[in-house]
Amino acid sequence: MSNPELTGRPSSLDRKARSLVRATASTTPRRHTAATKLAQGLGWFSIGLGVVEVLAARRVARAVGLQGREPIVRAFGLREIANGVGILASRQARSRSAGVWSRVAGDALDLSALGMAAAAGRHASRGRPVAAMAAIASITMLDLACARALQQEANAARQTTDYSGRSGIRLPTAKARRTEPDRTDESAQEAGMAVHTAS
Amino acid sequence: MKALCWHGKHDIRHETVPDPKIEEPRDAIVKVSSCAICGSDLHLFDGFMPGMEKGDVLGHEFMGEVVEVGRENKKLKVGDRVVVPFTICCGECEQCRRGNFSVCERSNRNKDIADKMFGHSPAGLFGYTHLTGGYAGGQAEYVRVPFADVAPVKVPQNLSDEQVLFLGDIFPTGWQAAAQCDIQPTDTVAIWGAGPVGQFAARSAMLLGAREVVVIDHLPDRLSMAKACGALTINFDHESVVERLNELTAGKGPDKCIDAVGMEAHVGATMDSFYDRAKQAVMAETDRPHVLREMIYVCRPAGVLSIPGVYAGLVDKIPFGMLVNKGLTVRTGQTHVNRWTDDLLRRIEEGEIDPSFVVTHTEPLANGPQMYKTFRDKHDGCIKVVLKP
Repeated sequence: MSNPELTGRPSSLDRKARSLVRATASTTPRRHTAATKLAQGLGWFSIGLGVVEVLAARRVARAVGLQGREPIVRAFGLREIANGVGILASRQARSRSAGVWSRVAGDALDLSALGMAAAAGRHASRGRPVAAMAAIASITMLDLACARALQQEANAARQTTDYSGRSGIRLPTAKARRTEPDRTDESAQEAGMAVHTAS
Repeated sequence: MKALCWHGKHDIRHETVPDPKIEEPRDAIVKVSSCAICGSDLHLFDGFMPGMEKGDVLGHEFMGEVVEVGRENKKLKVGDRVVVPFTICCGECEQCRRGNFSVCERSNRNKDIADKMFGHSPAGLFGYTHLTGGYAGGQAEYVRVPFADVAPVKVPQNLSDEQVLFLGDIFPTGWQAAAQCDIQPTDTVAIWGAGPVGQFAARSAMLLGAREVVVIDHLPDRLSMAKACGALTINFDHESVVERLNELTAGKGPDKCIDAVGMEAHVGATMDSFYDRAKQAVMAETDRPHVLREMIYVCRPAGVLSIPGVYAGLVDKIPFGMLVNKGLTVRTGQTHVNRWTDDLLRRIEEGEIDPSFVVTHTEPLANGPQMYKTFRDKHDGCIKVVLKP
């Protein structure tokens, strides 16, 4: 009897185990990509930050050097909440990406408001808006990366060209069968022997 | 003549440049009949490779007809049909004599700069930065081929351009990636990336007798092309790569792993990809090595990691302790093209493989700038672009 380890031919036990593995694997799909998880995280972060900005506008304004501009802080808070809800409510990568892009636009607004505050303030009072700008800039980078990744996912989902007829190689039937042990001999032979010709 | 020239990040132009001339007695001038855009050209397009200058002619996958030869070139004659390997090699230095053509010691005319960057200089390359010689590339009507009595491969007239063009780079690159895995009949070979090199690596692993080949990507069209040769596929948008590979190998991990992705790994599927992208943005890291990390983690102990994917500089958070403790072998390098071309041309002639399977788009050279974008964005099912000057 041939040794499967040496010949590369799967034993019947191997074949059963592998078909079980394939069946099991199909039941454990990844539910969310990292980009989606990150977008969800950013969505919750948006809502949390927005609630704080609306409910504690005076404290937030003082912390980031925007004293006297509490209405702007509240408006930014409402925008954050809307962004967060938009991201979390999205079911498609494309709309989720649009939600994260709107966060990027919001970051730009935050940065410009803080930039104006820093420019208008005295030297000693510039520290807080500048520190807040640095924090927002780092979040902006994360927003940008996430938005682009989601956009790529959406683009990828759009690809539907089927190249399953482009084998390009001619393999001995036994080898073709070995690569697809759960196919019938006939279909393996067809797939193994088919050579695509570009003409 | 017309050529595709690099003018900066995402700025490639089809413009008029001076015709090439014979500069050395072993040179030849080739009139290009077909050329291709390579995945590594995208690193130039995206501005990740240092050493480019405005006006550089791009392209390192090309073939055509010899129209002029230098007086000391005894191998080629006018009218010969040749495929030109992307590595330029002298054929005489110690490395060339050993068959290590991609590290030829004499063909990089900017050796001093490359020595500083890499410690020791690799070979000169066509159309690929001044670090590797600054030679004009083959996405043009004509090309000057230095040391043309060594590397160019004469090809028969009965084979189409699309069948032999890829002998200059991606076919031997995929083949070398599989060959240096030392594939055994019991091996499961996992390949990250179903782009052109990944497709050729998958078919090479099949031809070299792998028991199972698994290709990992997230683009359905590319995965369908990988499936066509009998490979199993993993879509990393839909399932965990590590879990699935362990399931397929009864928990042992793939015996051999091939990285056909390189420095621009997809951002989005995993958290470490965001980390790499952020570090890249602040120039704290040049490459995104997600695939390297995953391969080291999932590969079976005493396995082999083969890396045809291009890396440019510095990577971060590589689990080197894991690599050492698992006793993994790492094999890398630009392709020693001429080591493989005779055998691969024979396989094409005998019908064992038809490399034209990978061509999805054929366009005039003038459409090159647009095709760079299409290829980079993977739009319209684009896997491999052939350009006709």
